[in-house]
Amino acid sequence: MERNYQSKIRNFCIVAHIDHGKSTLADRIIEKTGLLTSREMQAQVLDNMELERERGITIKAQSVRTVYKAQDGEEYIFNLIDTPGHVDFNYEVSRSLAACDGAILVVDAAQGIEAQTLANVYLALDHDLDVFPVINKIDLPSADPDRVKDEIEDVIGLEAQDAPLISAKNGIGIEDVLEQIVQKIPAPEGNPENPLQALIFDSIYDSYKGVIIFCRIMEGTVKKGTTIKMMATGAKQEVVEVGYFGAGQFIPCEELSAGMVGYITASIKNVKDTAVGDTVTDANRPCSEPLPGYKKVQSMVYCGMYPADGAKYPDLRDALEKLQLNDASLQYEPETSIALGFGFRCGFLGLLHLEIIQERLEREYNLDLVTTAPGVIYKVFKTNGEVIELTNPSNLPDPSEIEHMEEPIVSAEIMVTSEFIGSIMELCQERRGRYLGMEYIEGSRALIKYELPLNEIIYDFFDALKSRSRGYASFDYDIKGYETSSLVKLDILINREEVDALSFIVHADSAYERGRKMCEKLKDEIPRHLFEIPIQAAVGGKIIARETVKAMRKDVLAKCYGGDITRKKKLLEKQKEGKKRMRQVGNVEIPQKAFMSVLKLDDGR
Amino acid sequence: MMEDKKALELYFHIPFCVRKCLYCDFLSGPYGDADREAYMKALFVEARERAADCSDYRITSIFIGGGTPSVAEESAISKLMDIIRECYYTDSDMEVTIEVNPGTVNADKLRAYRAAGINRLSIGLQSANNRELQTLGRIHTYDDFLETYSMAREEGFTNINVDIMSALPGQTMESYTDTLEKVLELSPEHISAYSLIVEEGTPFFGQYGQGSDLLPDEDTEREMYKQTAEILASKGYKRYEISNYATEGMECRHNTGYWNRTAYLGLGIGAASMMNNCRFTNGPDFRAYISNPLGQRGEVTELSLQEQMEETMYLGLRMTAGVPAEDFRRIFGRDMEQVYGEVIRWGIGEGLLQYKEISGMVGRSLALTDRGLDVSNYVMARFLF
Repeated sequence: MERNYQSKIRNFCIVAHIDHGKSTLADRIIEKTGLLTSREMQAQVLDNMELERERGITIKAQSVRTVYKAQDGEEYIFNLIDTPGHVDFNYEVSRSLAACDGAILVVDAAQGIEAQTLANVYLALDHDLDVFPVINKIDLPSADPDRVKDEIEDVIGLEAQDAPLISAKNGIGIEDVLEQIVQKIPAPEGNPENPLQALIFDSIYDSYKGVIIFCRIMEGTVKKGTTIKMMATGAKQEVVEVGYFGAGQFIPCEELSAGMVGYITASIKNVKDTAVGDTVTDANRPCSEPLPGYKKVQSMVYCGMYPADGAKYPDLRDALEKLQLNDASLQYEPETSIALGFGFRCGFLGLLHLEIIQERLEREYNLDLVTTAPGVIYKVFKTNGEVIELTNPSNLPDPSEIEHMEEPIVSAEIMVTSEFIGSIMELCQERRGRYLGMEYIEGSRALIKYELPLNEIIYDFFDALKSRSRGYASFDYDIKGYETSSLVKLDILINREEVDALSFIVHADSAYERGRKMCEKLKDEIPRHLFEIPIQAAVGGKIIARETVKAMRKDVLAKCYGGDITRKKKLLEKQKEGKKRMRQVGNVEIPQKAFMSVLKLDDGR
Repeated sequence: MMEDKKALELYFHIPFCVRKCLYCDFLSGPYGDADREAYMKALFVEARERAADCSDYRITSIFIGGGTPSVAEESAISKLMDIIRECYYTDSDMEVTIEVNPGTVNADKLRAYRAAGINRLSIGLQSANNRELQTLGRIHTYDDFLETYSMAREEGFTNINVDIMSALPGQTMESYTDTLEKVLELSPEHISAYSLIVEEGTPFFGQYGQGSDLLPDEDTEREMYKQTAEILASKGYKRYEISNYATEGMECRHNTGYWNRTAYLGLGIGAASMMNNCRFTNGPDFRAYISNPLGQRGEVTELSLQEQMEETMYLGLRMTAGVPAEDFRRIFGRDMEQVYGEVIRWGIGEGLLQYKEISGMVGRSLALTDRGLDVSNYVMARFLF
């Protein structure tokens, strides 16, 4: 191989705020640089992407290699590493960035800089990437590229006067972007003769090939037959195949050398062995030290997941096992609830991750689930010196044994137009936020900084933010650490029996309010029974709120006219179906959705 | 010969009315002379042609319902009865009911009904309070009803049902018991007492669908329901079905047939049928029916054995006499206890079901208790597989 092959490679990613057009630009780059005709290419790429979306791999990094013939007459290999933009996957995003040498920053010509624009661009700059801006959606009537250029220069400090003005959707200005990739993104470095040092930025499980590692070779060379070693997990295997990423397919090649992006397969059975961020080296000729930045991914949000039909417990276990093959950040362990029976306590990177997993379990594995209210990990310091990391409220020790408790805090940045500053600050105060400061951006917009408890933002903070800013506010956060907090366990008693699956941890000051709302909500959710049902909220055995579901007095279809019994049958079947979706607690039947109702306590606010 | 034939009930749907009542969600509406004539002609065609499917049956009862069938020309009703007698095997003592509303009949009409063999009248009163009648959008007053009623008696009708309703907007306990007492003074043989259901798609739904202060509250409504049974019982009316009361021996045979799963054939738009354990229904399109009365039958659904058992239970339990255990065993070759033991034990434990000895019947019968009647859907739903 020619020693100067690296000068013809560009490894880059695209960063943007959600909906600013990152995926569309990626599609255009693939299309314009394709070796196939654009029509063939487009059909192929889109089909594959759709399949992937259907499979729910939207949370996975995607990577594609294309070849671009530049105006200087040379052919360049583009490795585009597309990353998920959500804050839940910040660590994965940071590993993907570490695999690149540069980044394209996409900014919407009408909306300008948003919270995630800043968060992502700072993340890219932190990784020493060369970033150049692109202004997208210039064909919108409200586009104001000059204002956005100034904004990019003022706020981020990136040179923006020669930023390509494009419409990814309509294919305008893409050539300009391709040329700037060649000119502004540096070629990779590294020596192919050095010991192997490759960064894992993602991995997927394939039922035929086993785990497929997505990696960037920093130093050295890997080929079929190399015995590789994962430096953090210690796993060792012989390489079966190496290759690069075609448009939606894996294309095998002889070897991968320093500066290249590609994949490795080695009959590895579990993605847990190939942790994102880990370093792959040659077991027989290891590099001296791993690449920096590896950390074990920690679940931030926990909830209980139970099969609606108790008999499906083994199916749920199998499904979780299979999902975990492909998603190392999913954690689960069995737990038992008095109300819900056998299930699992599952840990997720964030609420979006939780929702994706829930959706995949329901869609791909055809499971009907009951999910308990998501919570965060609390640190419980006991009087005997023991520290518990609490993920299930039911396991909270007796208050007499608790010395104090701590909860996770995030630093949040909210970008909003000035007219909504008041209402957004009010929201943050309600959520126990601590105001850190505010910066104005070109007069009409502000970046508000708050510290917020994580448990205040995992349910519905984002929705509340959107509704109080008519959709304009954008939001990003980072986990800051743990702080002491006055927390209590709120218990719910239905017909005087405590329902473990409905308990949750809440700040002492909001316990009364949450308890009252919870009782009201449950009163609406629980159907009438033959007897009266008290619903109570309690903290430490003391009742703080109560509602009553009145006894059923009448449930009759008075008339059944002219022998048309279809309506009666439908009514009875509906009742029967409803009954199936009930959970028996004592002698009360609780609809499954009641267990999720804690999530929606803020409906009326 | 006749004894070998199976019992069959006939239902004719006459969708005409003078004006749509505000709570009504039945298939009915005002139609002009020409439409009415065309519809009756189509009904004649259907009645004649369907007779071919009924050669193994004898007609035990006929019900001409609507709408307000008394809006139809009496000659058309007579013709319909002629066709039935001509084309079907009919029992000599068959029960033949027509629904009438005050303000749509006169003595001549009633005389013609009698002559045509109609021996039972069902009169829609709903309330003896004129303000309530107005609220419902009825076209008649209480006096109009009284006139119709006495005319019917004069013309020799000895089997009359009066429909009344409770839980009406603006109705009070007093006004309801007043209606009950006024009806009882007339001593009809049969009383149907329905509780208003505000149905979607009616003007009432817009007005009261989301709840209203004008509707009697839950306690009052329940009290009305209880009073109906008590007051009627004290005057010798027996509740034989969830909403129906009759003096000794005057239970509506046709209605009872629906609940004990006697075969029935429904003719006219929207009419439902059950024959040979198959259910089917005519489509609701008036125009389509007129142009092709035989082409409106929907899909024929054959009931599985399980569905037959379900129906036997949830329809039979509407009758206070319940479902005779012996009947169940005879039809299905299995004991009710064997199939539904768990549900029955639960229902008895909750005080919703009971075993009854019915005079003149062999063995016991499973029936709803009074409490069970109040929450009948809740109990019946458990009988579905």
